[in-house]
Amino acid sequence: MSTTFKILRYDPPKDARPHFQEYIHTPRPGDTVLEVLKEIRDEQDPSISFRYSCREAVCGSCAMTVNGTICLACKTQFEALKSDVVVIEPLPNMEIIKDLIVDFKPFWEAYKFIQPYLQPKSEAIPEKGHCIDEKDMTEVFQFITCILCGSCYAACPVATRDGRYIGPAALAKLYRFAIDPRDKRPWPALARVDTPNGVWGCDTVFRCNDVCPKDVRPADGIEGLRRRMVVDRIKHPFGRTK
Amino acid sequence: MVSHDILIVGGGLAGLAAALTSDPKLDIAVLSKVHPVRSHSVAAQGGINAALANNPNGKDDTWEKHAFDTIKGSDYLADQDAAELMCQLAIPTMYELDHMGVPFSRFPGGVIAQRPFGGAGYPRTCYAQDRTGQVLLHTLYEQCVKKGVKVYEEILVTNLVVRDGRCVGLVAYDMGSGEIIPFSAKAVIFGTGGYGRIYKLSTNAYINFGSGIGMAYRAGIPIKDLEFVQFHPTALYNKNILITEGARGEGGYLVNNKGKRFMEDYAATAMELAPRDIVARAITTEILKGNGFENAYVHLDLRHLGREKIESRLPGIQEICIQSYGIDPVDTPIPIQPAQHYSMGGIDVDKDCASPVKGFYAAGECACVSVHGANRLGGNSLLDAIVFGKIAGVSASKFINQGGFAGPKDAEITAEAAKLTDQFETIRKRDKGHNVYQLLNELKILMSEKAGIFRDGKQLQEGLDGLAGLHEAYKDAYIYGSCTRFCQEFITLVEFTYMMDLAETILLGALKRTETRGSHFRTDFPKRDDANWLKHTLAAYTDKGPALSYRTVNVDKYKPQERKY
Repeated sequence: MSTTFKILRYDPPKDARPHFQEYIHTPRPGDTVLEVLKEIRDEQDPSISFRYSCREAVCGSCAMTVNGTICLACKTQFEALKSDVVVIEPLPNMEIIKDLIVDFKPFWEAYKFIQPYLQPKSEAIPEKGHCIDEKDMTEVFQFITCILCGSCYAACPVATRDGRYIGPAALAKLYRFAIDPRDKRPWPALARVDTPNGVWGCDTVFRCNDVCPKDVRPADGIEGLRRRMVVDRIKHPFGRTK
Repeated sequence: MVSHDILIVGGGLAGLAAALTSDPKLDIAVLSKVHPVRSHSVAAQGGINAALANNPNGKDDTWEKHAFDTIKGSDYLADQDAAELMCQLAIPTMYELDHMGVPFSRFPGGVIAQRPFGGAGYPRTCYAQDRTGQVLLHTLYEQCVKKGVKVYEEILVTNLVVRDGRCVGLVAYDMGSGEIIPFSAKAVIFGTGGYGRIYKLSTNAYINFGSGIGMAYRAGIPIKDLEFVQFHPTALYNKNILITEGARGEGGYLVNNKGKRFMEDYAATAMELAPRDIVARAITTEILKGNGFENAYVHLDLRHLGREKIESRLPGIQEICIQSYGIDPVDTPIPIQPAQHYSMGGIDVDKDCASPVKGFYAAGECACVSVHGANRLGGNSLLDAIVFGKIAGVSASKFINQGGFAGPKDAEITAEAAKLTDQFETIRKRDKGHNVYQLLNELKILMSEKAGIFRDGKQLQEGLDGLAGLHEAYKDAYIYGSCTRFCQEFITLVEFTYMMDLAETILLGALKRTETRGSHFRTDFPKRDDANWLKHTLAAYTDKGPALSYRTVNVDKYKPQERKY
């Protein structure tokens, strides 16, 4: 079916402001939004820029806004939109670099801030693997499906009003390590996010859970961190000495 | 002039592994055309091989048996010393990854879980559900963040600069600024990946153009065994999204339209877990015989595994099937067809990842050591990328620390960058000509038709003839838009030149190799010919096309025998 695609175009500083450009295109049955975008680019307008890589919802490149909903373009079936006008915009909450490409800088800064790497326990023996019950990894598996696509950060109302908030993905990542039986956290790493811009910034409206294309439920991680902090405060009513 | 001691090109597993083992006292930078976690390594599903002997059915496994399986799987074209090195290092590497935080699936008792994979005598494939590539890539990236490795994201390396037999730097297009930037370095490591998107049907990411292999070739470094192209047996019909070999490792069946597990006619013992070249040909043969569905695909049936096993061991596969086709493998067989998956060939390097050009190293899919020979076993590519990525970092550091670098050639790098800037301008000034996306599409069709699973001399020659026409058309390729930033058309245009080189090398190598070995199946020469062809193909760039030469395979331990599964 012939469909109108309104794609947001913006090439600063050449363009004074973003504008929509319309393309008429007839998608093939089974096309995803990413495939449609590529077809429009390859056949009509090679100057459109957007990110993509794996086209199977695992690299996290192609998160964008389609008819007002944040999604991975490669995971969104065109037919499921049931619409003869499709509006494609970049992710909100981040500056547009060009067209559908946004600047992930605040997202990656938050990611790096939480020290996103295993902090091994001292008893680990380098020549041998760890011995871990898979049950202890079940909760970790929920969070390792995160593909760092930025959808949750883009959807988060707190991130919209306060750029200093480190956002759901980074906090969920931190929780993933905090519950890993091989990791020596929680402290002092958790103290870094025991702040208004950290775990206490979350409004618990769960927009992150709603938009996550991998069903990570980042807010579960934020809640888990809060729980640990509360318990820690009860255990250390006069604060930690170091 | 931007200058670093070591420039690592590619942010996938090989590149990041190299960054982690490079001497931290040296100034290291990674250049990647996407953010590292968007690299194609992320898409690997089923696992990574190491003879840990953790599986109750694999207690006798050893790295020597892993090496033997790898060599036999390669149809004896792998260099045996290199395969042994990789398999021996696999074991400590797995423990190291565990300590870095890779969330491997576990067996009762807490050890790393291992599943059976094709062509392997023992269940030795370690995994994290069916997201092994993702967790490995994320973990190595995490370690790079920990070590503060400098990463240039969204920068496409366009040219390698080699002068007097040594590598002195490179030229890159910075997408964010639209500028062409010269980089000077004492050593360069390529971990730039494969060329899957040279084929119409490929499991690879859209970004896999393989330009790194072409760049090295143009810079005078030979490329090896390019005619060996792996076709994965089980790609989702039409979409060509990979369905992991782990699905068969967990017990999945391949079934034709008669309801028959047809692998019994092709590999009666190994059945679905024969090596990929054999299974891919079997599926294609069944489809050609009229035993496929809609003359296009067969079924991968997982229903007998049950919901619990599918959801715990293969959740990613279930998700892919549901989102792409609305079918749940718990109650519906998956429609699958073979698709291009991996390049066994690549930049000619030795066991130290060193190329004949001083200061230039390569690892992972873009390189050919060779450990995979004529056919790679499943679970060996992640291993290859990490093991040899690590070696490349050590080798490049040693080269610099031992005074191997003979001084910068900044003026020449700047001149190369200026040349590319001029070329970009010239192309941008054209207002008509050939659309590069159309040319790319024609190249893909040509390669799929002329250099696919079954090949013959006539088709390969037709492929070479067709390629000459594409070369001609490319001369007036033009850029439609006026953008300079994130100009993906320019990126495709640059990478396309290298893809044509690779296509030519694949076709020519395949035409000259008048035998059948591993993934290279000649219907007009259907037998392996060890007397004449137990050797690597080397292609060197000349302005008249690839100059081919051959090198003996290192066969120091296992005498080639017939491959039966």
